[in-house]
Amino acid sequence: MSWVNAIIQGILIGGLYALFACGLSLMFGVMKVINLAHGDLAVVAAYTALGVITITHVPAVWSFILVVPIFAVLGYVVQRTLIQAALDRSVLTTLLVTFGLSVVIENALLQFASADSHSLDIGPLVSDSIQIGSQISIAWLLLVIFVVAVVVLLGLQYFLSSSRQGRLIRAVADDQEAAQLSGADYRHVFGIAGAIAFGTVALAGLAFGMYSSFDPTIGTDQLLLFAFEAVVIGGLGSLWGTLVGGILLGVVQQIGAQIGPSNQVLAGQLVFLLILVVRPQGLTARRSTA
Amino acid sequence: MTAPGRAAAGEAAVHPAPGGGPEPAQVTRSRRTTLWAALGALVIVVILGYLPYLVLSGTTDFLVNVFVLMTMASMWNLLAGYAGLVSVGQQAFVGLGGYIVLILSNHAVEPFLGLPVAVAGCAVVGLPVWWLVSRLRTGYFAIATWVIASIFELIVVRFPSLGGGTGASLSGFENLDPTLLTAYTYWAALAVVVLVVLFVYLILRSRLGLVLTAMRDDETGARSSGARVPRTQGFVFVVAAAGCGAAGAIVIISQLSIEPTAAFSVQYSAEMIFATIIGGIGTIEGPILGTIIFFALQKSLAQYGTWYFIVLGLVAMAVALWAPRGIWGLISERFGIRLFPVGYHLWPAGEQRPRGRAALRRRSSGTAPAGPAEASRGPGDGPGPPPG
Amino acid sequence: MTDGPVTESAVTESPVPESAVSGEAVLLEVRDLTVHHGQLRALHGVSLAVAPGEVYAMIGANGAGKSTLLRSIAGLHKPTSGSILLDGQDLARLRPEKRVAAGIVMVPEGRRLFPSLTVEENLQVGASYARPGPWRIEGVYDLFPWMRDRRGQLAGQLSGGEQQSVAIGRALVANPRVLLLDELSLGLAPAVVRRIYQTLPELLASGLTVLLVEQDVSQALRIASHIHCLLEGQTTLQGPPGDLTAEEIEGAYFGLAGVNGPGGGREAPA
Repeated sequence: MSWVNAIIQGILIGGLYALFACGLSLMFGVMKVINLAHGDLAVVAAYTALGVITITHVPAVWSFILVVPIFAVLGYVVQRTLIQAALDRSVLTTLLVTFGLSVVIENALLQFASADSHSLDIGPLVSDSIQIGSQISIAWLLLVIFVVAVVVLLGLQYFLSSSRQGRLIRAVADDQEAAQLSGADYRHVFGIAGAIAFGTVALAGLAFGMYSSFDPTIGTDQLLLFAFEAVVIGGLGSLWGTLVGGILLGVVQQIGAQIGPSNQVLAGQLVFLLILVVRPQGLTARRSTA
Repeated sequence: MTAPGRAAAGEAAVHPAPGGGPEPAQVTRSRRTTLWAALGALVIVVILGYLPYLVLSGTTDFLVNVFVLMTMASMWNLLAGYAGLVSVGQQAFVGLGGYIVLILSNHAVEPFLGLPVAVAGCAVVGLPVWWLVSRLRTGYFAIATWVIASIFELIVVRFPSLGGGTGASLSGFENLDPTLLTAYTYWAALAVVVLVVLFVYLILRSRLGLVLTAMRDDETGARSSGARVPRTQGFVFVVAAAGCGAAGAIVIISQLSIEPTAAFSVQYSAEMIFATIIGGIGTIEGPILGTIIFFALQKSLAQYGTWYFIVLGLVAMAVALWAPRGIWGLISERFGIRLFPVGYHLWPAGEQRPRGRAALRRRSSGTAPAGPAEASRGPGDGPGPPPG
Repeated sequence: MTDGPVTESAVTESPVPESAVSGEAVLLEVRDLTVHHGQLRALHGVSLAVAPGEVYAMIGANGAGKSTLLRSIAGLHKPTSGSILLDGQDLARLRPEKRVAAGIVMVPEGRRLFPSLTVEENLQVGASYARPGPWRIEGVYDLFPWMRDRRGQLAGQLSGGEQQSVAIGRALVANPRVLLLDELSLGLAPAVVRRIYQTLPELLASGLTVLLVEQDVSQALRIASHIHCLLEGQTTLQGPPGDLTAEEIEGAYFGLAGVNGPGGGREAPA
């Protein structure tokens, strides 16, 4: 693989990372919750899709039609019940509860699905690729995933900036009490944000499951950390920041892999550390908040 | 006049009565129950010390695990319950402590000598790590600690001399009789946990402890009172790193081998967090009680495999939501007892504070001394009343 | 005559006072309200009645409980005892956002605009749960003409006085029946405050009733139809401005017993 190829790969996979990250970023931006179970939710989505496919024999590519809405609804419910209850206590409690949730999910998956890794079989699409010149080979699937991710992020950005509900979400994120005084039930708005977060992470989990393989612990081993790194690198406060962060992380990881296959994840971690040291607010944020 | 037991130092009378007349109000650091607790603790430690002569190695090995978790839980409690630093990455130092002992033993240093070096080494490494992660606030701080642990693991794996990805075994004990090794390991673990708990107790009793308790109750309030919050947090972070390093050193000595995925596993965090939360965050007794409950649960659920962690996680979540002070918090509030006296007790004027042997006798019904002067809110209670 | 500040025994809990605009129905009524902040008692047995179309001003020193009263009416604070009634309906079970639908809208202390939203977006949020009524966003631009040109600017970049206008506009577009204004003048230059208060007649003309908290006593006296003074959570004086002397107000404000006679606080003659 050439360097150019690596960079292109990195950009494309960065879109997926951004899709992972946007839910994490949204939940933190709106309700100040860090969902430590975020990565595990993606894995659960992938396992759910696996189950759905096994039972209904629907082609894997269509599984998201069922799984994503289910997860969005689940997100609303979990936010309004479990996470709201923890929020009413304190920030510490939300961390502990989501951490507990993460452990419970992983061990439940280990219990019911075994530690083997699986993949969502989408048939020949996995290995199809576009050839550009002699050096550049782009996997179709990855390209599709990238496009989907960007479209979703664009849609989300549009929703937040131009719709009434999006405006309410931003208002509640700015000042929850003032939003109440304007008639907004912030718990409902939190629920919507939770639904979006769960829905997007489910979509990302399915995409990941198609492109790569998953097992019960990968949610915390990789996905959560990647999502988090993308957010920190890109900067809080905007979806574009998350996209930039995701792409940069992807590119750095692929470059690292070029240097040596075992360097992939470490390269990403080191860049994350660098940003932390040099510009903790992230690349795109203007204010120095972290 | 000092009462017996190691817990009764530092009593202060506000205005000593000139002689005759009603007792003036007094402020002391301990009361009757703590004297009993101190005596009890001493007895327990002595008994524990004799255990290797009394029981089979299976029991002492089990107890080593208990002591290790108790150490880690106490450290996490100090971090999250007092300094407000919720870390899910302490396994970085647990693994590091183990690997320091490994490196030293590869250079012909006796592992038990490696233990204090591991402690010091982790403290030293803790400084730059703190500098890195201190830039982030609560939630992101938590994940950052996790990332750091992951980085440690990724770095260690690249060194073949440390066993790379498959791990290595600990040398240096070949000439030691296995029974003796078990006993020495046990005593080392016991020493570590006793020292750690004692250290935590002494910190919390000191002026630093006052700052930490203030931070536990209200960080903003603590800052505005002039407490050096970031510096204190950094100190606690380094102490916690050292404490977890000690635990990690005991782990490798006890297991005689180390493997990167297990050494830096987030499982350690899960265990120390759950033990602390269930036991009671923000108190010294909490992590100790929590560890005991943890292992009791483990024993009873062991045959169900991963179920035990699921149950543990659910219990921890439930406790965090509905009993944020933990089991010890419930007990302490109900019966008003505190085993490690870190606060102050106010004996109102006119009340006879029992001295000498009378202090050991059960007080008959009647006026009970006023509760401790510390604030009684825990860290999980959210913000206090609004200002102004 | 008693010495020292007004004590609890000196001030009796005031019975529900008759509205100063006598004979009119009462729109908003507070009965014997007691509110605690944790262990601190912020309000003790406070009662008031606001008639439609009134400008009812709460005055008092810092910490007297004025903002707590407003916040309790808005639903942000749960009272320990007592009741709050709108048109005779007890609001106790209504969450703050539901009270907006009932017609109580508060402009909070410190403006509390949404800084990352534009001026127009702030107004749009205010209109999100609006009741039917005369106020629209365009109407707010008519009231504050400068706002029309700056509608796309981020609210966080406005000056204090401009933010205050936007905050009022945000409340107006919800078409409240009772507008609660909390410390309008805080942090603003007197000229700015005066200009803002000059819009009050237009608000009243549209059918609003105003209950406001004001630090600046002279400002309150200028615009209010009824004055209510709090000290340490209790009522010390109330009545139309014309019926109150400067000494009475001063005494009630600072809690100087003896100024108003052995009873401490007094009410205006009905």
